Amino acid sequence: MSVPLDHLRNSRGQAASACAARALLSAARTLSRRALLKAAVCAGLALNLTDAVRADDVDVRAMRPEVGDVLVFANEATPRKMIRVPDLPVGGAPVFAWPMDPRTGIVRDGTRLNRLLVLRLDPAKLSAVTRAHAADGVVAYSAVCTHEGCPVTEWLSQQRVLQCPCHGSQYDPADVANVVKGPTLYRLANLPLRKVDGALVVAGKFIGRLGAQGA
Amino acid sequence: MSRNALRRLAALAALACVGFFASSAAADSIENYRTVSDQRLQSPEPENWLMIRRTYNGWGYSPLSQINRDNVKNLVPVWLFSTGVTEGHESPPIVNNGVMFISTPQAQVIALDAKSGKELWRYRKQLPEDLFQLHPTNRGVALYGDRVYVTTTDAHLIALEAKTGKVAWDRTVSDYKSGYYMTCAPLIVKGKVIVGTSGGEYGVRGFVAAFDAANGEPLWKTFTIPGTGEPGNETWPGDSWKHGGAPAWMTGNYDPQLNLVYWGTGNPGPWPPNVRKGDNLYATSVLAIDPETGKIKAYHQYQWNDAWDWDEVRAPLIIDIDKGGQVVKELVHSGRDGYLWQFERRSDKISYLSAQPFVYQNVFTNLDPETGRPQYDSRRIFSSTSSASFCPSLWGGDDWALEAYSPKTGYLYIPVNENLCSKLEGKLGPYEAGQLFIGADISKNLAYVREGADHIGELQAWDLKNNRKVWTHVFPKSQNFGGILATGGNVIFMGGTNDRMFRAFDAETGDVLWEQPTNSGVVAPPAAYEVDGVEYIAVQSGWGVDPQRVQDIFNKDYPQYRGVVPQGGVVWAFALRK
Repeated sequence: MSVPLDHLRNSRGQAASACAARALLSAARTLSRRALLKAAVCAGLALNLTDAVRADDVDVRAMRPEVGDVLVFANEATPRKMIRVPDLPVGGAPVFAWPMDPRTGIVRDGTRLNRLLVLRLDPAKLSAVTRAHAADGVVAYSAVCTHEGCPVTEWLSQQRVLQCPCHGSQYDPADVANVVKGPTLYRLANLPLRKVDGALVVAGKFIGRLGAQGA
Repeated sequence: MSRNALRRLAALAALACVGFFASSAAADSIENYRTVSDQRLQSPEPENWLMIRRTYNGWGYSPLSQINRDNVKNLVPVWLFSTGVTEGHESPPIVNNGVMFISTPQAQVIALDAKSGKELWRYRKQLPEDLFQLHPTNRGVALYGDRVYVTTTDAHLIALEAKTGKVAWDRTVSDYKSGYYMTCAPLIVKGKVIVGTSGGEYGVRGFVAAFDAANGEPLWKTFTIPGTGEPGNETWPGDSWKHGGAPAWMTGNYDPQLNLVYWGTGNPGPWPPNVRKGDNLYATSVLAIDPETGKIKAYHQYQWNDAWDWDEVRAPLIIDIDKGGQVVKELVHSGRDGYLWQFERRSDKISYLSAQPFVYQNVFTNLDPETGRPQYDSRRIFSSTSSASFCPSLWGGDDWALEAYSPKTGYLYIPVNENLCSKLEGKLGPYEAGQLFIGADISKNLAYVREGADHIGELQAWDLKNNRKVWTHVFPKSQNFGGILATGGNVIFMGGTNDRMFRAFDAETGDVLWEQPTNSGVVAPPAAYEVDGVEYIAVQSGWGVDPQRVQDIFNKDYPQYRGVVPQGGVVWAFALRK
């Protein structure tokens, strides 16, 4: 798995500072994960990472998130900007995200099973197991409903539950996305996170069943 | 049969032989399979059901009359067969000389002995793990030569050897990750396999495409939305045409005399009409397509700038009607918009004749008497920032459930949902490839029952000669999503209701003559066939998709229409008690 550095050199990340781009290039050469992450955190605020590095290899893009991946905004109206904890207001609506390998800049958007719902909750209101997998109250779940695989897109702010628009299954993000209301029987898969220099970093593999499990 | 057609059949037969001998050791290889020719597709034997509606004209009519309105009360199940999968089973049994082919959700095709229900072979496709649709179904297979053709929800078109179920070829038609998928039964016209795409709810650009039946080579592809520089593109502002929907997710009908395929198209997307101001050609239309080239020779758009999710994907029925001594070559369509449309069909034109509502409809304020172009009540049009209520609901007066025509009675039979309305609220996000791009808040109830209503489902019969409704059968406790079979025995067969019933009606009067509770709910169209002198009626029972969504709404808010319909597909075959 490699990404030609020319891709980075030819980056169209117009807003990126030369410093940030140099740091990213340097880190990519050495493939030091920590250094890369620091550079990415520095650059990610301004650099359009998708434009800078785009892998054509769908298989690589479809790999499940790995420990050490960072998260980037999924919405195409927002370029692939890295998500940092301050980007998410406590109690705010979830955002959609993809995991990204900071060493290669490859966004793992090759399968919708990698699409994530990321939201920040009051850490004091998280269940113990949820808190263990959260970063400053930020939690990440699969955005694919376990019922029939619809995208979970709704946030009911009053009840503080995630809802699938297709058949109405509801999940509690403060309690490992356990099912509040069916038809689904299974919770959303949880992706453990940690915080590194303000960035959200994947801390473990998905926990729970991924994708449609049927009624 | 033309020389070209003969050559094509010879080539197909040769290729089929290769496949046959390569797999001849298979225990369940079908012997004495009867090759399906162009001539047989044009004039099928009474005992066979060779394509989705049996005949190119789309009637859904079998001339068989052993089972008739006098003896249908003696109908009994003679065999059942479990498909092994859930969700909506929406395909009819296709029968060729005693061999039945059915397709199911999860991309299965199963060949059965039509007399005994014995499995002869089964084809299963491994589907991508991240595949997702709002309509995970299949609507039938097509037969040609010694092959069976099926579309799949990961947007493939597959040819199977009819005798063995082995894959002859497998063609990727589109990228499912961009939201394209297919559920329609292919239409075979003179060696071409013609299919249309689903995916309007993902912001795809719809198309109809043809492939060579022999080898799967693409022959033509006609987008239902004109591209830059093409006539009609000006009816889309900016780049809205690129993700404008107009899918073509059901099978077209074919007029061999005019050599035209009539294919229906779905609604434009996203749903709020203010973001794509203009007529949005050729969404919610019927297209007359030259099957040789794919060129659009004529069209009629039912509703311009649709705001109601009224796909008009069922192709109009091709019917010649004697009106006052003059035979009019017509196209007849029971619209999702709740109007019964009639047109005259010509080689270069689809001419509007008449339209009249068959359910309560509060959107059209009038129709242009010359063209049929509707004017709208502006209160019934929602936008990306507002809401509106309208009737019929987004499932329409007749959703995708197939109507039928009997030449014996001259009646058109329509499966109807009356008194069901919708309220849509704008909620538009940016387009993202492969993600839902609907523009309405689908987490809200998408349908409601009209105040004062005493029923939803209906079966209606219309005398096309005199343009009048002759009878209505009412289902007081259920919606109706049942495809229809009309027979020469003057019997109408249909399921479609939430009580799991499969019923027979008197074609003349609408009286219920017989009914049978099934394992699940019947949303597939039935078929009639004959083997060894015995007439059978067969249908798949397997509830799911749209009727289930409506049922979810009923179960939540409308006690009168509550019901539990278990899922799981079973093929039922019925015959008269001996």
